[in-house]
Amino acid sequence: MKKIALLFIGLALTTLSIAQEEGSVKQLPAVTLKDMEGKTVKTNELGFDGPVVISFWATWCAPCKRELNTVHEIYEDWQAETGVHLVAVSIDDQKTMDQVPVYVNGKGWEYLVLMDPNGDFKRAMGVNNVPHTFLVDAAGNIVYSHNSYAPGDEEKLYEEIKKLAKK
Amino acid sequence: MKNWIIGIAALSGSLNALGQSSLGSITGNMESTFQYLRADSLIGATQPVQKGLLNSYMNVFYTNGHFKAGARVESYLPRIQGYPNRFDGTGIGMRYVGYANDYVDVTLGNFYEQFGSGMIFRAYEDRNLGYDNTVDGARLILRPFKGIQLKGIYGIQRYSFENGKVVGAAGITRGFDGELHLNSLLPRLDSTGFDITLGGSFVSKYQKDDREDLVLPENVGSYGGRFKIRYKKFDLKAEYIYKENDPSADNNYIYNPGHAALINFGYSRKGFGFALSAKSVDNMSYRADRTKGLQDAFINYLPALNKTHSYNLVATLYPYATRPVGEIAYQAEVLYTIAKEKTRRGKYGIPINVNFSTAYMPMQHTSGINPGDSTGITYVGRPFDMSDSLMWRDINANISYKFNKSLSLTLSYFNITLNNDVSKVTENAVGLINANIGVAEIGWKINKKHNLRTELQTLFVAKDKGNWATVVLEYTISPGWFFGVIDQYNYGNSNTDLRLHHVYGSIGWIKDATRLTINYGRQRAGLFCVGGVCRVVPASNGLTLSFTQSF
Repeated sequence: MKKIALLFIGLALTTLSIAQEEGSVKQLPAVTLKDMEGKTVKTNELGFDGPVVISFWATWCAPCKRELNTVHEIYEDWQAETGVHLVAVSIDDQKTMDQVPVYVNGKGWEYLVLMDPNGDFKRAMGVNNVPHTFLVDAAGNIVYSHNSYAPGDEEKLYEEIKKLAKK
Repeated sequence: MKNWIIGIAALSGSLNALGQSSLGSITGNMESTFQYLRADSLIGATQPVQKGLLNSYMNVFYTNGHFKAGARVESYLPRIQGYPNRFDGTGIGMRYVGYANDYVDVTLGNFYEQFGSGMIFRAYEDRNLGYDNTVDGARLILRPFKGIQLKGIYGIQRYSFENGKVVGAAGITRGFDGELHLNSLLPRLDSTGFDITLGGSFVSKYQKDDREDLVLPENVGSYGGRFKIRYKKFDLKAEYIYKENDPSADNNYIYNPGHAALINFGYSRKGFGFALSAKSVDNMSYRADRTKGLQDAFINYLPALNKTHSYNLVATLYPYATRPVGEIAYQAEVLYTIAKEKTRRGKYGIPINVNFSTAYMPMQHTSGINPGDSTGITYVGRPFDMSDSLMWRDINANISYKFNKSLSLTLSYFNITLNNDVSKVTENAVGLINANIGVAEIGWKINKKHNLRTELQTLFVAKDKGNWATVVLEYTISPGWFFGVIDQYNYGNSNTDLRLHHVYGSIGWIKDATRLTINYGRQRAGLFCVGGVCRVVPASNGLTLSFTQSF
C-alpha cells in the first residue's frame, strides 16, 4: 500500500515538474471543418508557413464584421510585411450559413473562411462569445488571443504578429 | 522497495524525454454571470426571491496526440433570468473521452453533432441561451477513403439540469449519416467544372408507449437525402427529410407523416453575392420526448429563413422563429460593393445590402379525409404547397459610406410584418403587425485608440406598444476598455404612463482572453449587443456582473 502511495506521489511530482518546465503551451486543436466551397480542412493542418490569425465571427455579429472589414483594408500590407494569413471561422449555424459566401465575396475578403455551424472548433478553442481572435505561430502554438473588438485593437494584434514574424 | 524507486525514476525520465507532446494540450473557457435584480412592474421584470442569481460554467478540454477528453462543470445558484427555471445546483454537465486519427474518430460520453443541415438531427449548445441537447452515448466517425465520411450516433439527449445532475430525455436517439464527395472518387469530374457532394441520413428514436388511450409508435424513423453542386461561382444545395408518423403534444397526437425541405441557390464573385432560399416544413417537430414543448429535447433543428438582425429595435421586438408544425418560407439576400475605383473620391468601396424573407402557412387538404377514422391522419400536406395566410415578411436594406479614415455612416431600413395570431410575440395586438424601422449608425475614430460609435434608431408601428426611439453610445479605448449606454424610449405608447425610458449602462474591461463587464439599468427582453458582444437576455432591472475567461 505504501509503495503504491509512493508511486503516485512520485508520478504527481514528475508531472508537476514537467508542467512547470514547459509552461502552458496551448496547441491548435485538430478539428475537421469545411471551407466555403465544401472542401475539408483540418484546423491543425492549415498549410500556412508564417503566423496565422484565427478570427471567430458570424454574419449577425456587427463588431466581428467591423474587425474583419478593418483588417481587410490593411490586409495586403500586413501580408507583405509579415507573411501573415487570416482564417475567418464563421459560427453561423444553418439559419444564416448560406449568407456567409454572399457577405465574404460581396465584401471582397481574401481570407480563408471556414464554416463551424455546430461550434466544434469554437468549443475546442474555448471561445465564449464572438468576436474572439487568436494568433498562432508557425508551429501551431497559440501565442495571443483577444476577446471582443474595439477600433484600434487591430494595431495591438499587428504588433503581436510582427513579434512572431521577426523570430 | 528499490524497484519502485527505480521504476519511478525511469518513468520520470521517459516522460521528460517525450517533452511537451507527452503533456498534451489543455484548452477551455469559463463564464460567470451574477445578477442582482429589482422588481419593475412597468416593464414586467420581477425580483427573484433569492434577489441574487449566479450562473457559471467551465469547460476543460484535453488532447494528447490521438487521445482526447473533456468535461464541463455547471452551476446554477440559482439560474439567471431567461434560463429554464428548472436548472438548479452544481455538477458535471458534460464529459467525454475519445480517440481520433485521420480515418477514425470515436467518442464515448457527451458529444455535439449535426447531420446535413440539421433538419433531421442536430445536437447543439448555446450557453447564452441555456440551450443544450447534447447526446450522452457513443459516436463513431469513419473516413475510410478520401471523400467518404460515415457517422453513427447512439445515446440519450440532455433535457434538463436539476440538483446538480443532467436529466436525460425519455427516449433514445440513434442515427446514421453518410456523405460522399464525388470529385474525390472521380477526379475526372474536376475537368468539367462541377463539384458534387451527396449525402443521406437515417435517424430513429425510441420512446415507450405509456398512454393507455392511444396506440403510439414506440420507434419513429426519419430519413432523407441531400446534394450540393458547385459549378464555377454557382452553388446549388438541397435537402429533403421525411418523418414517419409521430404523434406528440406538438401536433395534438395526430398520425400524419412529416417533411422538411430546404433549397439554396447562390452565386458570388468579388464584390457581388446573392443567395435564394426556399423551405417547406410540415409536421416536423421531432423530439426525444413526445410530451415536451418549447426548446426541450429537440432531435432536429428547423432553421428560420430570415436574417438575424443585430440592431436593438429590429432584433428584439418582432423576432421570428420557424413554426415546426408547418410553414413555407422564402428568402433572398444580395450584397453588392461599389468598387472604390468607381466612387467619386476613389478611396473606399460602398457596400449595399438588400434582404427579403417571407413565410406562409402551408395548405392542409382535408377533402376526402375523415379526421375521426382509425388512421389518425387529419389532412394532407404537400411540399411547397402554401396557403395565402402570411406569417412573416421582412424587407430590409442598408448602405455604408466611409467619408475618411475616421468617419463612417451606415443607413438601414427595415419593414417587418408579423402575424401575431400565429407566432405570438405580444399580448397587445391581434392580426398582422407592421413595423417600419430606420437606423443611422455613425462611427467616429477619434484617434488610434479612442472611438465613439452612435446608433440612432426609430421604430414606427400602429399596433402593440406604439413607436420607439433608441440611442446607443459606445466609447471604446483599445484594447482594454469600453463604456456604453443605451436608451430605449417608448414615446408612442398609447398609455401615457408607459412612455418609458429604458436606460442601460455598461462598463467593460478586457485583457487578452479575460473580460469583465458591469451592467446596470432597465432592459427589455431580446438580443442585446454592446461592447463587441451579442447575447440574448430577458426583461430585467438591476445589476449584472459578468466574467469570461478563455485558456
